[in-house]
Amino acid sequence: MVPLAAVVAALAVGAVLLGVFGANPITGYRALFTGAFGGPDELAATTLKSIPLMLVGVGICIAFRTGVINIGGEGQIIMGAILATLVALALPDVPRPILVPLVMVAGAVGGGIWGAIPGALKAYSGVNEILSTIMMNIIAGFFMSFLLEDWLIEPGAIRIQQTKRLTQNADLPILPGGTRLHLGILVALIVAFLGYLLLFRSSLGLRLRAVGHNPHASRAAGMKVELSITQALAFSGACAGIAGAVLVFGSESHRLIGEGGPLAFTQSAGFNGIVTALFGGLHPLFTVLSSYLFGGMLAGGISLQRAVQVPQALVIALNGVVVVFVVGSLLLRARVQRWAEGDVQMEGRA
Amino acid sequence: MSSDLAAPMPVLRPMLEMRGITKRFPGVVANEDIDFTVLPGRVHTLLGENGAGKSTLVKILYGLHQPDKGEISFDGSPVSIGSPSAAIRTGIGMIHQHFMLVDTLTVAENVALGLGKPLSITNLGPIRRRIREVAEEFGLHVDPDAYIWQMAVGERQRAEIIKALYRNVRLLVLDEPTAVLTPPEVTDLFATLRQLTADGRGLVFISHKLNEVMEISDEITVLRDGKVSGHTTPAESTRESLAMMMVGRPVEFTRTLSEQALGEPKLEVRNLRVRGDRGELALHGVNIDVRAGEIVGIVGVSGNGQRELAEGIVGLREIESGEIALNGKLVRTPTPKQVRSMGLAYVPEERMKYGSIGEFTVAENLVLVDHDRPPIVRSGLLSLSSIDKRSKQLVSDYSIRTPNTSTLTRKLSGGNIQKVVIAREFSGNAEMLLVAQPTRGIDIGAAEYIHEQLLIQRSQGKAILLISEDLDEVMALSDRLVVMYEGSIMGRISREEATIEQVGLLMSGVGEPEGAAAG
Repeated sequence: MVPLAAVVAALAVGAVLLGVFGANPITGYRALFTGAFGGPDELAATTLKSIPLMLVGVGICIAFRTGVINIGGEGQIIMGAILATLVALALPDVPRPILVPLVMVAGAVGGGIWGAIPGALKAYSGVNEILSTIMMNIIAGFFMSFLLEDWLIEPGAIRIQQTKRLTQNADLPILPGGTRLHLGILVALIVAFLGYLLLFRSSLGLRLRAVGHNPHASRAAGMKVELSITQALAFSGACAGIAGAVLVFGSESHRLIGEGGPLAFTQSAGFNGIVTALFGGLHPLFTVLSSYLFGGMLAGGISLQRAVQVPQALVIALNGVVVVFVVGSLLLRARVQRWAEGDVQMEGRA
Repeated sequence: MSSDLAAPMPVLRPMLEMRGITKRFPGVVANEDIDFTVLPGRVHTLLGENGAGKSTLVKILYGLHQPDKGEISFDGSPVSIGSPSAAIRTGIGMIHQHFMLVDTLTVAENVALGLGKPLSITNLGPIRRRIREVAEEFGLHVDPDAYIWQMAVGERQRAEIIKALYRNVRLLVLDEPTAVLTPPEVTDLFATLRQLTADGRGLVFISHKLNEVMEISDEITVLRDGKVSGHTTPAESTRESLAMMMVGRPVEFTRTLSEQALGEPKLEVRNLRVRGDRGELALHGVNIDVRAGEIVGIVGVSGNGQRELAEGIVGLREIESGEIALNGKLVRTPTPKQVRSMGLAYVPEERMKYGSIGEFTVAENLVLVDHDRPPIVRSGLLSLSSIDKRSKQLVSDYSIRTPNTSTLTRKLSGGNIQKVVIAREFSGNAEMLLVAQPTRGIDIGAAEYIHEQLLIQRSQGKAILLISEDLDEVMALSDRLVVMYEGSIMGRISREEATIEQVGLLMSGVGEPEGAAAG
């Protein structure tokens, strides 16, 4: 409820912003809504935007519930995409029913390794994971540029950071229905369900959550806290890595493109996934819903921009306002809760 | 209950009168219509369980809370106490359980700070002199130039008392002042308190240690659930009758240990050396054996190596040197997982930090240790039905008071959280139980229940190492007592031979530590 109220409040602030730019907020928001949910094609576009958010978001649920702050979704997406691309380049003739799952697994492995490294650094040497995951993003971004400028660059292309069109056997199949919607959404839903099983129905997940709430008690109960922290970031990275693979093989150009910088390729899903996960209460299934809403904001934002002729930067700012309000409201709620309980507990003590 | 105190001295005008004090917090009535009177030169004890309303009443008296209803008068005239400084101006001082002293300053400097004076030589000179006078008058041995961090706990408490007396308070509130003291230090404190009352000052003494309450009090007011449940004097009451007023039902104090044959040694600790948090050697080569069917009690003032002993055995703290064997088998590198798999169950001190996960449900906490063993887990997935069955069974077996098993653990009372930990650890197959501070800060009823459970485990042939700062508890439950002081064992005494005096002396370091004797 609180996050929804935050979204409404953010849209109200956004309306003022639109007004300042001389645009009619009602026209703008109507365009936003129809652009996001107005018809089959719009719904498909929204879904496509939401897939990476869902995948990264599920990973964020796993990490945050273990008490690990993963800001490294961007880098993990990129490393997943790179490893998946390498597999597709190496095995172009493997039949589609095998190659598609294979590149998804490759994405998971690439992202998982990129998550496990800061995980292990935190668990065994106490390196702050917020800093290390951000730095791993930068490394991954430059590593992608490096590969695409040289080894993986499309033969014949000059100075365009992209691979050749990858084998059709790795293309994510388009789902029936006449839209551009592809198999990636099923992948995301399956990962979300597995994430839910992992966190709330498995003994491994119980350990992760236990460590997230209270590492001291977890250790005293016989759990290996360091292992859990490493596992959490590895799983989290794996989810983001799958998002990377989906971004490559579900894209219309079917190639890994580094042009425009890492954020252009990842669509900032590594960061926005944090927001959708928080909005979804760090629950994988609710994160699917919140990612869909956020995807709608992204897809509808384009229509809004066209309808009322505002700069693209304003649409990005509008998204930013929503993020700030949602995250802020969650922090505020946590603080209010602590305060209310703390006060009662103080009284309980004699 | 006797309502009117038969004062031996006639016509004493009350120093403090609190009448009809009521204080509500959202969802609870912390104080309901409480009357509380202190006569000059008398010790009036406030007795009650955690949450009974003692601290709320005292906070009202010290200006930290405002009452919703009721009035306070001091020396016969009504007063309103809006803040601690107003309380001090009125003549009311308080010795908090956690001392309010700046460690890096001297006693005189702390007193100056309390007066709000700058720490200049011209200020400190007279303050020093006055501290010496106050110290002399009341037999409080404190050097005004000693730094707080250099002082032992008992000395710090004396510094706190001096700080209050310096400001000439006439009514002194002492919140659990004996919790941190050794028995000889308690004796010293009581001597000081008697001098203060002889000087005509009034004292409010807060404690839940019934022996001390019987010894020091002139009057006793018992609180239960925010109301006065009894008002009496030591002469008219017994430990049992006081406990009954606190809890509302009879409480068992004396325990008889059934005669039983000892079994195999379950825990053998040899020459254990462990470092403390600051890297200092906290345990100087300790040897302890615990055999099946006995409770070995470790006593000592807090911070004398007990925590390091427990954490060293369990593997939460790296051991410097020494050996630990469980069930006759050497533990090579102890980790909690390793020692648990070798048959040790562990009830850690600090149930909320080490014993349980507050944000987990009662059910999840009850399977925290067993969560990766069948039937709780089947092929990696948790069996919700097994968890449900196990947790409901334990909740009923250990009479854990909780709305249901999916309640968040932190919402339970301290006693019930401790019962969750006890239930989890005692219900397994472990033959060796390491139990640290099992009843610290919990109500008498739950403590009594946990004592019963410990004796049941003993009668089932479990080996139990009980570490506790509550001397009464250890003496009531243990077959053998091991006294620790500054990381060494000062003595081992059998149940039959142990007296409070002797144990108290050993606890305060009188005697020869074992390590030194053995070389």
